[in-house]
Amino acid sequence: MEYFFQLFFAGLTKGSIYALIALGYTMVYGIIQLINFAHGEIYMIGAFTALIVAGVLSVFNLPVAAIFVIVTLVAILYSSAYGYTIEKIAYKPLRNAPRLSALISAIGMSIFLQNYVLLAQTSDFLPFPSLIKEFEFLRPYNHILSSSGLVIIVSTFIAMVLLSLYIKFTRMGKAMRATAQDKKMALLLGINVDRVISTTFVVGSALAALGGVLIANHIGQINFFIGFIAGIKAFTAAVLGGIGSIPGAVLGALILGWTESFSTGYISSDYQDVFAFILLVVILIFKPSGILGKKTDQKV
Amino acid sequence: MFSEIKKSLLVSVWFMFLTFPIMVVKVNTIENTIIWRWENLVLVGFGSFFLSFLWRFMHNKKATKRRQDYKDALSKIFYDNLIENKKVFVPIIIALIIFILLFPKLFSTYQVTIMTTALIYIVLGLGLNVVVGFAGLLDLGYVAFYAVGAYTYALLNFNYDISFWVALPLAGALGALAGILLGFPVLRLRGDYLAIVTLGFGEIIRLVLENWGEVTHGPSGIAGIERPNFGFDLSIVGSINAIYYFVFLFVLVTIFFTNRLQNSRIGRAWVALREDEIACQAMGVDKTKTKLSAFAFGATWAGFMGAVFAAKTTFINPASFTFLESAIILSIVVLGGMGSIPGVILGALILILLPEYLRAFSEYRMLIFGGAMVLMMVFRPQGLIKSKRRRYNFESMSKKQLKERQNAASS
Amino acid sequence: MQPLLEINGLTMDFGGLRAVDNIDFNIYSKEIVALIGPNGAGKTTFFNCVTGMYKPTSGDIYVYADGDNRKRVNGLKPNKVTELGLARTFQNIRLFKGMTVLENVMIGRHCRTHANIFAALMRTKRIVREEYESASYSYHILERVGLHAFANEIAENLPYGAQRKLEIARALATEPNILLLDEPAAGLNPQETENLIDIIKMLRDEENISVLLIEHDMGMVMKISERITVMDYGKKIAEGTPDEIKENPDVIKAYLGEDVDA
Repeated sequence: MEYFFQLFFAGLTKGSIYALIALGYTMVYGIIQLINFAHGEIYMIGAFTALIVAGVLSVFNLPVAAIFVIVTLVAILYSSAYGYTIEKIAYKPLRNAPRLSALISAIGMSIFLQNYVLLAQTSDFLPFPSLIKEFEFLRPYNHILSSSGLVIIVSTFIAMVLLSLYIKFTRMGKAMRATAQDKKMALLLGINVDRVISTTFVVGSALAALGGVLIANHIGQINFFIGFIAGIKAFTAAVLGGIGSIPGAVLGALILGWTESFSTGYISSDYQDVFAFILLVVILIFKPSGILGKKTDQKV
Repeated sequence: MFSEIKKSLLVSVWFMFLTFPIMVVKVNTIENTIIWRWENLVLVGFGSFFLSFLWRFMHNKKATKRRQDYKDALSKIFYDNLIENKKVFVPIIIALIIFILLFPKLFSTYQVTIMTTALIYIVLGLGLNVVVGFAGLLDLGYVAFYAVGAYTYALLNFNYDISFWVALPLAGALGALAGILLGFPVLRLRGDYLAIVTLGFGEIIRLVLENWGEVTHGPSGIAGIERPNFGFDLSIVGSINAIYYFVFLFVLVTIFFTNRLQNSRIGRAWVALREDEIACQAMGVDKTKTKLSAFAFGATWAGFMGAVFAAKTTFINPASFTFLESAIILSIVVLGGMGSIPGVILGALILILLPEYLRAFSEYRMLIFGGAMVLMMVFRPQGLIKSKRRRYNFESMSKKQLKERQNAASS
Repeated sequence: MQPLLEINGLTMDFGGLRAVDNIDFNIYSKEIVALIGPNGAGKTTFFNCVTGMYKPTSGDIYVYADGDNRKRVNGLKPNKVTELGLARTFQNIRLFKGMTVLENVMIGRHCRTHANIFAALMRTKRIVREEYESASYSYHILERVGLHAFANEIAENLPYGAQRKLEIARALATEPNILLLDEPAAGLNPQETENLIDIIKMLRDEENISVLLIEHDMGMVMKISERITVMDYGKKIAEGTPDEIKENPDVIKAYLGEDVDA
């Protein structure tokens, strides 16, 4: 039973990270029907920025909690800036181009960013300093759920709540929903669609950066390639839940997290990634609209 | 003018801010040292300042002429003055063939190896071009078929001592089979989902190769694969040259076949499917069958080249078949010109040879590939050389005349 | 008389919405029939059901291929329906934009030709002949609709009216018995519409093709149709000759609303 709970929380932790990334995919897809291939790289850049800022801050004698907060905020700032810039450079000029062109541009952007970090930093795995002190009350359960794991679960939960409030109640959130429904109509109603799209990228990137910081802190090392696999898996989660649907992305991410942790725990750890990919392929083939997604027919 | 400078200054400041942590600061978290590289900040500042002028210039140019872009200067020179002008085309082709044939005599074995690699990529590019360029199916797991071919020959040779010449057609056939097996379930999917599923499939194949140690020897791969036997004893150098000639022959065959298909009933249906799937079906084209044929045909070349690659390097392991490889082949197709056979050939030569000969450039290879893919899509989606639609021979033939002709031919 | 196309009780639901409601409909040899109705009446959905784009919820669609040979086409794929002699055009033009005009028409020949991959690779004598015939017959069709001067143009660069005609030419290349035109005159100027009417009449008189068209241009509908069917809210509300339809109170109500006198 203890093993079960260990796997349960491992899956929940993983799922939370996937959820943070998956939201960016699903929001962007919902609005401009583009798989933002470079989204995984935004997450990686978030983690790298965090590592760099933590390194610089280590010179000053700050409390670890303060460092954690500053690092997270700077990472979010930078990832959002990257998300914003990428949209302006690689996607905005292609808004009326065939979808294949935008997708290829996104793939190019992803390759570019990976190699940008590889060349400017390093190809090695870098150890990430531990920024979260062990919580006293968790000590007896440490083998089931670590403190950093708990922080991941709690922060993800808070981020989700904030995001749903934002989308539900703010002006921009409403504009986002309207644009996702019908871009042309939103434009006619005087919604600044360009700004909505930019904001979507910024919000999605911020969430990914949060995920990047949290996972780097949890696992303890990063390199330039972490965005690729995480990106595909988060995309799997978004599709699983129904792309374009925000609760769907969270649900899909949790299911994926648990699938991975239980299958590696009870079956074999060699094929951990294979399970995720097989899940992706199976979902797309048999239920491309996902669990909570709406079925969209092409208009004739 | 002043506002232009102001704009570029803003861009430059923005990029200095954006790239600051990653370009300037380098921390070593083990030894707790920090390196500040301020020179990079200056570089980014000046670079982005000037590039932003160029960006806007290109952007304006693109906006002003949209309608005629299918007659762009480069493609026009290429087709009108080169390909379609027999007086120029024939001598150039003859000179080129002589150069390629003499290549091993003129250059070192090392150069020949590189050229062989470039030729392999031409075939791979042309194969993927059928799938992505003609049929418009974005296949991000093309390397899986390459792996199938390579492992087919490697395993058959390692376990059963089967020769290259027997394994080669098998590799092609298994590549095609893998294409059909993958294609059958996934080709119903919309374009962007198809891309992700093929990517996932490519990764599954690689992970299986890595983890199924009893059969594939895992990450350490298979060594000591035999070079092909050309019927007479060859030194290693001779054998490398022989493989070079063989691959060159293969390139010719591939060009010949893909060109024929492009202008056939099947090839037209591929392109039509890319242009408008719904209309294409309504005009009587079987969507599934047509897509599947493109997928399988493209995969066949990857299968062949896989076997050639295994024979050439005599050693393969799963690391040769990562997503990166698919991305390189895709950039060859995209940069060269989707659907354009001469474009893809040029793309392969540029992308494979340039990094080899400009050593300084090779480190930045993937960075430039990625950036170029974005820029190409934004400014020149047709690629270096745009594909050109064929002209047909015809007379006017009414239905009655058509039926009469058909009856006469069948009796 | 035996129809070419026989439709009984055709119904199509989208979730809770009944877009096409229990429609009976026949088309006979060599006639021009119009399907009219206010926007959203379900006309295009009806087209999509008949041509295999949608699978109808219930009802039967039969095509009489050659003579007595009746074939149920519900749920057949669009390409199979086209093979049975039903070809269509689209309301929002859907050409193969990057291909030449001639090639667009040649795609229509796809289902009437046979070259497979291997034959195309070998370029056998038969294939060479088939290709030549494809191009030649396609060119002939372009002549019939008056687009032959544009044969080697890229389809995207054609003027709007010519693009509409190209869609018809492309459909003709499939050798249909029935041609379904979805708003062929939309966006055309009066001369172009006149030209279109001539083409449609020519198809009936010289090529023995029956034409079913959806159209909002009432002048054109009244001028060329032998029969008109009117749809509203998915139901067939009237059927008859142009003169009968003009006088029909239900039709007037559907077009002008209930409170016409108020």
